[in-house]
Amino acid sequence: MELFRIKNDIPFMSYGRLTTAISLITFVLAVVFLVTRGLNFGVDFTGGTIMEVNYPQAANLENVRKAVDSIGLKEATVQNFGSSHDVLIRLPVKAGVSVSQLSEQVKSALVTADPKAEVRRVESVGAQVGDELYENGGLALFFVSLGIVLYLWLRFEWRFAVAAIIANMHDVVIILGFFAFFQWEFNLTVLAAILAVLGYSVNESVVVFDRVRENFRKMRKASVVQVIDNAITRTMSRTIITHTMTQTMVGSMLLFGGEVLHNFALALTIGILFGIYSSVLVACPIAMWLGVSRANLIGDVEKKDDAAKSGKKADVAEPHPSDFA
Amino acid sequence: MNRYPLWKNVFVAIVILIGLIYTIPNFFGESPAVQITPAKSTTKLDSALLGQVESVFQQENIAYDGVYLDARGVKARFANTDTQIRAKDVLQARLGSDYTVALNLLSRSPDWLRSVGAKPMYLGLDLRGGVHFLLQVDMKAALSKAAERFVGDFRLALRKERISYVGVSREGETVQINFNDEAELIKAKAIIGKEYPNLTLTESSNGSERVLKASLNLVEQKRIQDFAIKQNIQTLHNRINELGVAEPIIQQQGADRVVVQLPGVQDTAKAKDILGRTATLEIRLVDEDKTDAATLEKAANGQAPLGDDVFKDRDGQPVLVKKSVALTGDYITDAGPGVDSQSGRNTVNVTLDARGARIFQQVTRENVGKRLAILLIEKGSTEVITAPTINEEIGGGRVQISGMANTQEATDISLLLRAGALAAPMDIIEERTVGPSMGQDNINRGIHSTLWGFAAIAVMMMVYYMAFGAVSVAALAINLLLLVAILSMLQATLTLPGLAAIALALGMAIDANVLINERVREELRNGNTPQASIHAGYDRAWDTILDSNVTTLIAGLALFMFGTGPIKGFAVVHVLGILTSMFSAVLVSRAMVNFMYGYRRKLSQLSIGQIFRA
Repeated sequence: MELFRIKNDIPFMSYGRLTTAISLITFVLAVVFLVTRGLNFGVDFTGGTIMEVNYPQAANLENVRKAVDSIGLKEATVQNFGSSHDVLIRLPVKAGVSVSQLSEQVKSALVTADPKAEVRRVESVGAQVGDELYENGGLALFFVSLGIVLYLWLRFEWRFAVAAIIANMHDVVIILGFFAFFQWEFNLTVLAAILAVLGYSVNESVVVFDRVRENFRKMRKASVVQVIDNAITRTMSRTIITHTMTQTMVGSMLLFGGEVLHNFALALTIGILFGIYSSVLVACPIAMWLGVSRANLIGDVEKKDDAAKSGKKADVAEPHPSDFA
Repeated sequence: MNRYPLWKNVFVAIVILIGLIYTIPNFFGESPAVQITPAKSTTKLDSALLGQVESVFQQENIAYDGVYLDARGVKARFANTDTQIRAKDVLQARLGSDYTVALNLLSRSPDWLRSVGAKPMYLGLDLRGGVHFLLQVDMKAALSKAAERFVGDFRLALRKERISYVGVSREGETVQINFNDEAELIKAKAIIGKEYPNLTLTESSNGSERVLKASLNLVEQKRIQDFAIKQNIQTLHNRINELGVAEPIIQQQGADRVVVQLPGVQDTAKAKDILGRTATLEIRLVDEDKTDAATLEKAANGQAPLGDDVFKDRDGQPVLVKKSVALTGDYITDAGPGVDSQSGRNTVNVTLDARGARIFQQVTRENVGKRLAILLIEKGSTEVITAPTINEEIGGGRVQISGMANTQEATDISLLLRAGALAAPMDIIEERTVGPSMGQDNINRGIHSTLWGFAAIAVMMMVYYMAFGAVSVAALAINLLLLVAILSMLQATLTLPGLAAIALALGMAIDANVLINERVREELRNGNTPQASIHAGYDRAWDTILDSNVTTLIAGLALFMFGTGPIKGFAVVHVLGILTSMFSAVLVSRAMVNFMYGYRRKLSQLSIGQIFRA
C-alpha cells in the first residue's frame, strides 16, 4: 500500500503568502482570546483546592453545595464530571486558613452530610507554590526554546534555527489560544504536554531541513525554491504517517486516559495537528525569506566535495560520521 | 551484504535479555504483606527476629506465603488482606513497642529475581494511593528564636565583664544593646566580637544613648537555617515511624521545604495531626521524699501524691516527679553522644543557652545527690527519657547525662533531645491525596491508553509497510520492554504522567522507523538493489533521527530541571524513552532486517509494501 504517489514536486513555496496569512490570522486570533478571555489556570498555578468525591448513588449536587456552604465557602464550585456519581469541588485559596485545614473541614462537612461520600482525590496548593510553578513553567519554556535554537544553529544555520523556533512558538500560542477560547483548565500536565510538543514538532522542521541540506548538495542546478519544494514533497509521506501514528497514541489517551490525562492529550492533539502544518509551511517560508542559500548552508562542505569529486565520484554515498547503524 | 558482526548481534541479544529479566517482576503483581522494622535504632535487626516472627505465625496459625529479612526489616507476604491485617495486629501485640509493624505490598516475583535486584517499577502516590505533603519551614521564626537566645547570652556576658548597659532587646532578627557611655560600648563590642565571630556589629546613636546592633551574618543565618531544616526532618522521621507507614519519603526540597510522602495512608487527618504536632522537653526534679514502696505502688496505679506527677520511664517503671518545671527544652541548643573521660562510660552531652545554664546551675547546686528527670511530652503523653542523679553543681551550660547503656542509647537519646521538638514551625503548603481505588483506576487508564494505542499503531504499520512494518512493531515492543526495564532498575517513581510519557514515547519513537522505511522505499524507487537500499536507507535516516531526537531530548531535560512533582515524573520517562527508542528503532530493527534479508545472495524484492516507480 502506498498512499502518496507524487510525480512532480508540489510548489509549496508559491503558496507561501497564503500559508503565512493563515498562520497570522490564527495567531492573532489566539492572542486575542488569550488577552480577552485569559487562561483558566488550574489549582497548580492559582493555588486552591480540588476534591474529587464519589457517591454510591447519583450525587445530589444541591446537598453537596449546601454542605460546602455550611462552612462558609461561598466561592466553591460544585459540578459533576465523568458520571453522575462523581463530583468535583473547587475551592479558592482562603486567607487565614491553611490548605490542609481547609481540605479537612470540607471532608468532614461532606461526610456529615452523607456518610457514604468517598473522597477519592484531594489536591491543595498554597498560593506561594502556585506562583513558583508559574515562574518555573515560564523558565522551562524559555530554556527549551533557547536549547533548540542553539542546537539548530550549531547543526544547521541561524536562519533555520530562527525559522524553526518562530514556527513552533506559533504552535504554542495557538494551543494556548484554544485553551483560552474553550476555557479548558490549564494545569501542570498541560504545560508538560506543551513543552513535549515543542520538542516534537521541531523534529518536523529538522527532518525537512535535513532534506533541504541534502538537496543543496545533490541538486546543484536547482533554485532555492525548487530545493525546498522537493524536500517537503519527499518527506511528506513520512510526515503524515508519523503524525498519524503519534496521534493514534494520543487519541488512545484521550479515550482511555480519564480526567487527569484528558487535557494533556487535548493539548498534544492540537499541538500535533498544528505542528504538521507550521513546522513545514511556516518554518520553510521563513527560512527562505531570511535568505537561506546553498552558500551559507554548506559553504565549506561544497569545497571539500569539489575536491573529492576530482578524485572519485562523490555521488554514491556520503560518508556518515556514525558507525551506529 | 547487510550483516552485523557477531559481537553486535550478541550485544543486542544480551540487552534484550537483561531487559526481559528486569521487566518480568512487573507481571507478578503484588500481594499484601507486613513489614516489621525496629522502632529504635538500639533494637537489633537480625535473624533472631525472623525466627521470632515465624514462630508467632506458627503459634497463631497464620498462613503466610513467604517471610524474609532484608536491610530494612523483616517482611512477610500473605494470600489476602484479611490475613495480613490479622498478622499485623498479632505481631504488634506480641512484639511490643520495640518494633513498628506496617502494612505493605510486596512483589510476588520469585526469589531468584529478587536476588539479581529485579523489582517491579516503583509506583508514585497517584498510582498506589496515599498522601503527599509539601511543608514550608518558617525560617524567620528559626532566626528570631536564635536572636532571642543571644539576648540572654549578651546580658550574661556583659554582667560577667561588669560592663554597664541600659538594656538589651531584640527587634526581628537583630539584637540591640543600649549604652550610656561610648567607652562601655567599645568594651562590649570587643567582647561580643570575640565570642561571637559570626555576628555583624554596627554602632549608631539614639538620642543620648549609644546603640550597638548585632545581626546574624549570612554564614550564621545559613547555618541556623540548615540546622533547623535538618532537625525538622529528623523530627518528622521519628514521628512518621509511629504512624507505621511502610515506605515513607521525607526529603528536603530547596532551602526551606520538606516533602513528605506517605504511601497507603488514608487517614489524612491523623497524618496531619502527627506532622503538625509540637513536642516539648521538660526537666523536673524527681520527688525523692516519696520513694517508699507503698507510694510507688499507688503511683503505678496512677495515683500520684499531691504536688507530684507520675510518669513511666522507658522500662515501664513509674517515676514520681514534682509538678514544678525546672527547665524546658527551649533552652537546649544542642545534644550529642559522648564518652566520660574518667569512667569511660557513655554519656549524652547537652548544651544549654546562657539563661538555661544559669537556671540549671542554680537547680543543681540546690539538689546535689537527688535525681533529675528528663521528660518528653508528645501528643499529651509524657515519657521519662532518663532520670540521672546529680553528682555536683553544674555550671557553664554543658550538661553531661551519664547512665547510658551503650553508644547506641547515647545517640538515641541525644536524637530524642534534639529531635523531640521542631526547630521551627512548619506549614503544609501543598497536599495531594489519592484514594486506593483511584490509584488502581489510574493504573488501568494508563495501561489501557498504552495498549490500545500500541495495537492500533501495530495494525497500521503492518498494513502499510508489511514485513518492515512488522519489524518496526517488534522494535517498538522492545522499546517498551527496555523502557519498563530501565524504570524498574532505576526504581524511578512512576506516576500517571509518567505512564502518559510511556505512551507518548512509543507514539513518537515510531517516527524513527517510519523515517527508515520511507528512506528504504525511496532508495528502491530510485532503482537501487534491495540490499543497497536497506544499507542506504538506514544510513541516511540515522542523521535525521539523531537530530530530531536531540531536540526532543532538550525539551525533556528542561522539563526535568524546572519541573516539580508530576512534571518531573513525566520528564524522566520522556528522556529515557527517547534514549531507548534510538537503540531499538535503529540497532534492533536493523539486526532483525539483517537476519531476514542480509544473508540472501539473490534478493529481488523487499516486503515493504507497494512502491510506485517514478
